[in-house]
Amino acid sequence: MHEWALAEAVIVAASKIAAKENLKEITEVIIKVGELQQVEEEIILFGFKQLKTDLFKATKFHILKAKTKLKCHNCATTWDFKKENLDETTAESIHFVPEVAHAYVKCPKCGSPDFEIVEGRGIWLEKIKGVK
Amino acid sequence: MIDPRSSVIVKRFKNIKRVVAVSSGKGGVGKSMIATTIALKMAKKGLKVGLFDLDFTSPSTHLIMGVKNIQPEEEKGIVPPCVNELAYMSLVFYSGELATPLRGVDISNALLELLSVTQWGDLDILILDMPPGLGDVMLDLIKLVKKIEFVIVTTSSQLAFQTVKKQLKLLRELKVKTIGVVENMKISRIQLIQNETEKLGFVYLTNIPYDKTLEDSIGDCEKLLATNFAKIIDENLIKKMGM
Ligand SMILES: Nc1ncnc2c1ncn2[C@@H]1O[C@H](COP(=O)(O)OP(=O)(O)O)[C@@H](O)[C@H]1O
Ligand SMILES: [Mg+2]
Ligand SMILES: [Zn+2]
Repeated sequence: MHEWALAEAVIVAASKIAAKENLKEITEVIIKVGELQQVEEEIILFGFKQLKTDLFKATKFHILKAKTKLKCHNCATTWDFKKENLDETTAESIHFVPEVAHAYVKCPKCGSPDFEIVEGRGIWLEKIKGVK
Repeated sequence: MIDPRSSVIVKRFKNIKRVVAVSSGKGGVGKSMIATTIALKMAKKGLKVGLFDLDFTSPSTHLIMGVKNIQPEEEKGIVPPCVNELAYMSLVFYSGELATPLRGVDISNALLELLSVTQWGDLDILILDMPPGLGDVMLDLIKLVKKIEFVIVTTSSQLAFQTVKKQLKLLRELKVKTIGVVENMKISRIQLIQNETEKLGFVYLTNIPYDKTLEDSIGDCEKLLATNFAKIIDENLIKKMGM
């Protein structure tokens, strides 16, 4: 249920944007979740349902999935993160703080833990639409 | 594309009365020992205290307190476990004792993640054990947590104090509240650090002598709290922090 805290961040961030843009209503929110964090979609959507204020009365929430691309700082190899290669406890640790991947994941070519999370890390607000 | 996490941090800190970072431009000056001891002593006084280890690549507070076999709970975020009467949070809950090499951007991201998902609840004070230096964690915190205050630790050495002086000036420029300076591991009676600190217009909080028994207390909170080191923190420092 730690996704609830992230859902709340999305609601607060979207509300802030709405206030800045003078939106009376938010009609659509698109978020992107990176594979690395393995966020559970249903829990995020459940969080939105519980947290939404009047501003979100008629909001359609969409969740898009993004692959996680990692790039080795040592040998420049790029590869996709695959949760399947990890045991459950490790996957869960990365779920809470994606950066701890640096303790568990190594470059498939040279074995270095010094890699960049190029894309698909956590949760992003991709787009919001509303009416003034 | 917008990162939503920073928006919710104000909310997470709403019911925390004070946030105090124990910091230094220099490493190895006693930040972790002092931060942990402040937190433990304050909790003994009946205050609601949190301790947050922000030295992600070299965490030590779990070693100082002998924390083992404990994990945070999940409840609308991450709820810090209660350790020695403290609400306690550290990246070691997720990285274990494995080496965790993190570059600046990763450190900022891990910090942002923990700040936005950790549910501290009501606290009188949250003590932050900071990494050394004037880098990402310090700058991000100043940006994200407006109520932050600093206790700066130095040793009697010029090698530490010259860096601390720069840090003090920087904090003043950034208009951040600085409670004062602690001179740790003092072995001589020279008052140079006190004089220079006061000349810069900062409060010299206390000195703490070098305590030979301290190393032996690592991993045992009761032992730590019985040291002369802890007694000085209790009698001189905590009062001057206004608690
Ligand atoms: N007053 C003191 N007397 C003796 N040893 C001390 C004192 N303060 C700190 N130390 C020791 O100095 C070392 C560095 O302390 P630590 O708290 O890890 O510093 P930092 O967090 O600033 O890197 C530790 O071994 C600690 O036990
Ligand atoms: Mg330390
Ligand atoms: Zn490589």
